[in-house]
Amino acid sequence: MADLTELSIAAAREELKTKRISAVQLTRAYLERMAAHKDLNAYIIETPETALAQAKISDEKIASGKAGIMEGIPIAVKDLFCTRNVLSTACSRILAGFKPPYESTVTTNIFGAGAVMLGKTNMDEFAMGSANLNSFYGPVKSPWKRKKDDKILTPGGSSGGSAAAMAARICAGALGSDTGGSIRQPASFTGTVGIKPSYGRCSRYGMIAFASSLDQAGPIAGTVRDAAIMLEAISGFDERDSTSAPKETPKFELALGQDIKGLKVGIPKEYLSDKLDPEIKKLWEDGADWLKKSGAEIIDISLPHSKYALPVYYIIAPAEASSNLARYDGVRYGLRIAEQGDSLDQMYMKTRGQGFGPEVKRRIMMGTYVLSAGYYDAYYRQAQRVRKLIIRDFDEGFKKVDVILTPTTPSAAFALDEKPTDPVEMYLNDIFTVPVNLAGIPAISLPAGLSKDGLPLGLQLIGRMWDEEMLFRVGGALEEAAGFKAGARD
Amino acid sequence: MDETTVRKIAKLARLQLQDDEVAHFATELGGIIKWIEQLSEVDTKGVDDVADWAGPVRFRVDEVTDGDCREAVLANAPAVEFDCFVVPKVIE
Repeated sequence: MADLTELSIAAAREELKTKRISAVQLTRAYLERMAAHKDLNAYIIETPETALAQAKISDEKIASGKAGIMEGIPIAVKDLFCTRNVLSTACSRILAGFKPPYESTVTTNIFGAGAVMLGKTNMDEFAMGSANLNSFYGPVKSPWKRKKDDKILTPGGSSGGSAAAMAARICAGALGSDTGGSIRQPASFTGTVGIKPSYGRCSRYGMIAFASSLDQAGPIAGTVRDAAIMLEAISGFDERDSTSAPKETPKFELALGQDIKGLKVGIPKEYLSDKLDPEIKKLWEDGADWLKKSGAEIIDISLPHSKYALPVYYIIAPAEASSNLARYDGVRYGLRIAEQGDSLDQMYMKTRGQGFGPEVKRRIMMGTYVLSAGYYDAYYRQAQRVRKLIIRDFDEGFKKVDVILTPTTPSAAFALDEKPTDPVEMYLNDIFTVPVNLAGIPAISLPAGLSKDGLPLGLQLIGRMWDEEMLFRVGGALEEAAGFKAGARD
Repeated sequence: MDETTVRKIAKLARLQLQDDEVAHFATELGGIIKWIEQLSEVDTKGVDDVADWAGPVRFRVDEVTDGDCREAVLANAPAVEFDCFVVPKVIE
């Protein structure tokens, strides 16, 4: 076999099951490839010893017929997930040196299913960002290059390290998290597949909190099938998360390969503006055509409150963040900055002032402002009500259609030095992904084509609450029709 | 947003800001707030503001589920004495 890191999770699992390769051999292949791609800055720490020890156990389990659905598959873990005795910082200085004495439920589940941990991946600090430029550990480089110049491109964010690792094939799959698009946008920028499941599908226990009513874990993978395998491995009810849903996890993989004849696909007219890049518009139309040729019916729908989703998000997410991040006080864990004679308040102020980066501070300030006396009703309460209207829009839409098709991002990946300096302009990156988080519903991004500059572009499918199976079913058909084969490898 | 407001919010959030940060945030947050103010044009009369879409919150039984893990609790603390977290003096 030429290169083991070229295998999909589904293919690698077959090779492992039939013992043509071993998990140790597969893990070594990834560790070697990681060593050759350190310049991407995708991993903030590598855990080769853990990986090889886990792989050895996987080989024993395979030999004794006790393999889990991810047995022996090497994965990357976003640094947002707490991993026992392994540095977990959300790429923030304020969590410098933090080694949790416990394991997140999502990582417990995936390691329980047999996965092997290669390391922790870089991300925007506390998952706040869309370009991975807000990390204490520095930016991640996308493994992609565009035709017109040799500039370093962003892999997107906040799960930028996970997406870059997947695109560079220095993992077989990666864990990410998505609060406003942090799985789907980087997946779109790097030619990979990413799914944000329904709110409550994956436990938030041990996932460092950003905005608790929006945060969900999910996979970034190479194919729709691999995303289905990974999502099945991490999902499930957990009593330690009060918003975890007491639901059976479906066998997501079985949804693939079913035909989509007669399914109704919605095109929301509000997502089509005059300002939409013609390239993105063309890709969107191609996507609708492919689904139509596969037997689906294309139906125009209206989601009238779409334009308010971003401002709603930039009230609710910072409000929840300012509350969640109040716990970082320099007392129980992480960074402490205090001089002799400082008061407790001075210690808090210095620790937080120096421990958080600029974007995190900006959002804490915003959140504190919108929740402060006199402003709560005008901003926070109004945002919660408009959020309800956005949810109603989707409810109405899903009375007419089974799934909604949109672009994932308004543009292809940009160069690190082309990042907008105006935060509002930067926030517009998430225009197609944010409404989904506000409504709690699931959505998948998959690569559907290349820009004229040779960069991957993604399409997004949005589903009804708890209907990830529909996303895998239609996503599988779309993936086949798009025939996206281009890789980031040089 | 004026600089006095920025300083007030920073104090509420327990964030020490440098003078240049205060000036920067005054401009930037002002811009963001102007942008989010478009929400006031939406008619939300009669719309429930409780985010109950995720279903009712589950409450667990109020009983001890953990304990005997003092070392784990203190393991990451910046300062520990006599098995307690240490903070600067708060009572003169």
